[in-house]
Amino acid sequence: MPAVQETVERVKRIDVDQYRYGFETLIESDKAPKGLSEETVKFISEKKNEPAWMLQWRLEAYRRWLTMTEPTWARVDYPKIDFQDLYYYSAPKPKKTITSLDEIDPEILKTYEKLGIPLREVAMLEGVEPKPGEEDPTRRKIAVDAVFDSVSVATTFKAELKKAGVIFMPISEAIREHPELVQKYLGSVVPTSDNFYATLNSAVFSDGSFVYVPPGVRCPMELSTYFRINERNTGQFERTLIIADKGAYVSYLEGCTAPQRDENQLHAAVVELVAHDDAEIKYSTVQNWYPGNSEGKGGIYNFVTKRGDCRGDRSKISWTQVETGSAITWKYPSCILRGDNSSGEFYSIAISNGYQQVDSGTKMIHLGKNTSSRIISKGIAAGKSQNTYRGLVTAHRKATGARNFTACDSLLIGDKCGAHTVPYIEAKNSSATFEHEATTSKISEDVLFYCIQRGLSQEEAVGLVVNGFVKDVLQQLPMEFAVEAQKLISISLEGSVG
Amino acid sequence: MALLEVKDLKVRVEEREILHGLNLTVNEGEIHAIMGPNGSGKSTLSHVIAGKPGYEVTDGQILFKGEDLLEMAPEERAAKGVFLAFQYPVEIPGVATMTFLRTALNAQRKARGESEYSTPDFLKKVREVSKSLNIPQDMLKRGVNVGFSGGEKKRNEVLQMALFEPSLCILDEMDSGLDIDALRIAADGVNALHSPKRAMVVITHYQRLLNYIVPDIVHVMSKGRVVKSGGKELALELEASGYAQFEDAA
Repeated sequence: MPAVQETVERVKRIDVDQYRYGFETLIESDKAPKGLSEETVKFISEKKNEPAWMLQWRLEAYRRWLTMTEPTWARVDYPKIDFQDLYYYSAPKPKKTITSLDEIDPEILKTYEKLGIPLREVAMLEGVEPKPGEEDPTRRKIAVDAVFDSVSVATTFKAELKKAGVIFMPISEAIREHPELVQKYLGSVVPTSDNFYATLNSAVFSDGSFVYVPPGVRCPMELSTYFRINERNTGQFERTLIIADKGAYVSYLEGCTAPQRDENQLHAAVVELVAHDDAEIKYSTVQNWYPGNSEGKGGIYNFVTKRGDCRGDRSKISWTQVETGSAITWKYPSCILRGDNSSGEFYSIAISNGYQQVDSGTKMIHLGKNTSSRIISKGIAAGKSQNTYRGLVTAHRKATGARNFTACDSLLIGDKCGAHTVPYIEAKNSSATFEHEATTSKISEDVLFYCIQRGLSQEEAVGLVVNGFVKDVLQQLPMEFAVEAQKLISISLEGSVG
Repeated sequence: MALLEVKDLKVRVEEREILHGLNLTVNEGEIHAIMGPNGSGKSTLSHVIAGKPGYEVTDGQILFKGEDLLEMAPEERAAKGVFLAFQYPVEIPGVATMTFLRTALNAQRKARGESEYSTPDFLKKVREVSKSLNIPQDMLKRGVNVGFSGGEKKRNEVLQMALFEPSLCILDEMDSGLDIDALRIAADGVNALHSPKRAMVVITHYQRLLNYIVPDIVHVMSKGRVVKSGGKELALELEASGYAQFEDAA
């Protein structure tokens, strides 16, 4: 396009956009124009007051993305996404200040209640201001960096973390305040060219968390983030970067509850973890995006790239995930075991009901010597859903003494769902020891009747049996999440039998 | 009013009729034994009373404390006081026995409009009950019936019976798979739970069990009907002469 014409086009677009969106910018949400272009990328970068290097990084990713095509190897089926029909940025609407829980929509409260989220936490998530003299509802031993629609709204416990030297802030802030760290690590685990969705994320990521734990520091609390999608048709592109320096330890929790939607929403997050010598990162997720209605309409498309780099010797990265939501889940939290004697773990519960499609698993890439990995995957398929475990375990030529243990168990509820296990195992040296176990079972009528005869309803019985099935993984979750996750599992399977 | 009244009960499984008009009346505090050969419909009867899916009641009635039992969901029947001790109790991996007991007891209490037990109150109660039955605490921490011996499984059934305090206990072939010592221990548990308000229906092939649990009334089932009822001496008679005589009677 000739330069003059381009300028004309751009001015036109800006005009139109200002007309259409300017008003909303002031009162409602701060949205980027619909569709994806260099302008959108610049808009986002500008909104966030980013330095030039960041914009450059984004633009490079965007240009790369233009040359890429969507991956089609996963066992998921969905209509083609029109990437020009989405919004790539929206800031939250300024919330009406509320002073009591009574003012919150009872439907929302009911969901929280079912999940067993403490009311004080609800108060915080819903933005209730404490009355003077009352205890601040945010005073819990979990630091929560709540993400509402792309922008981190609340950050708590900053002072205590600061004292320990831990940096925990929205990544947009880190870009401004700790550019040397961000520049050093961003994209070092998941390069901008990694895959279609990761590249897209690199171009348009809105916000996310940044954590840096300095050498020898044990992070004094669990770090937690609640993600939510509130805006209609807003693609969500979270970007999280966690670095544990030598000998550091951090446990990070991520959880999401999404309100009901009719239209499909795209979510393409990238999470990068870096563990140096003797460092340990524990990353836990409870994912509960809207799965679509009973006819399979709507629901979130969740294309996530999560990868941890055990960069240092004796480092350890552990992923634990409870996946219950989303219409489509495409997610393979992985570990690159680069350091000698490093270890990686993947504990997963993936539940699909209704018309949900899950294709999830992990990659354990053994590069260093005497590295070990452990995979425990529990897939539960109900309704008309399809649930696939897809995993790769590979040992490099020089990765002597690599060890892996994999156990993939699938549980089927009903006879219209499917469970699939696709393990790839590659050992390029003869000293590797890889074990793989897999089972598929059906929830038995006899077991259900036994529970029901003891007074449980059909749904309670299914919940109990399933929670037993996934217990090994639930135990890996931090206490607060384990209880919540257990309830979530039962809720997710409501209506799956009978 | 009788505790349990089964009137002219006809039951089909798929297209085959298994019970052809069965009658049975059990009063509070009574111990009934139901004996009969394989395939006579003993287990079917117990399953239909408890509400197991897969059985079609084509005719007849089951009243429990005067209420129509067949109108109730199986979990409602449990909450009303119907307890079935299973011939082969199932294993539920990953669910601690303690958790299972508490979930079930609270579900029943909730259904009856009673308050649910708090964790400390429940622990106290379960400790008391298991102690009175000589059940080791260690068993409560293990997954429900997972890796339990035959005897332990049956004791777990007895423990639940003690905890849920049902008014009607149906013991389906509780002697199967038990050696004589395990049988005695399980039977002692059952006897300890017998009370003037609680009735027991003991389903068994063999007279052996009835040496330990002494029935007030013995019924002989054959081909889907009760063909003879009598006192405990009937069981001894059966032991001596076998079921063959009743096959013709039916």
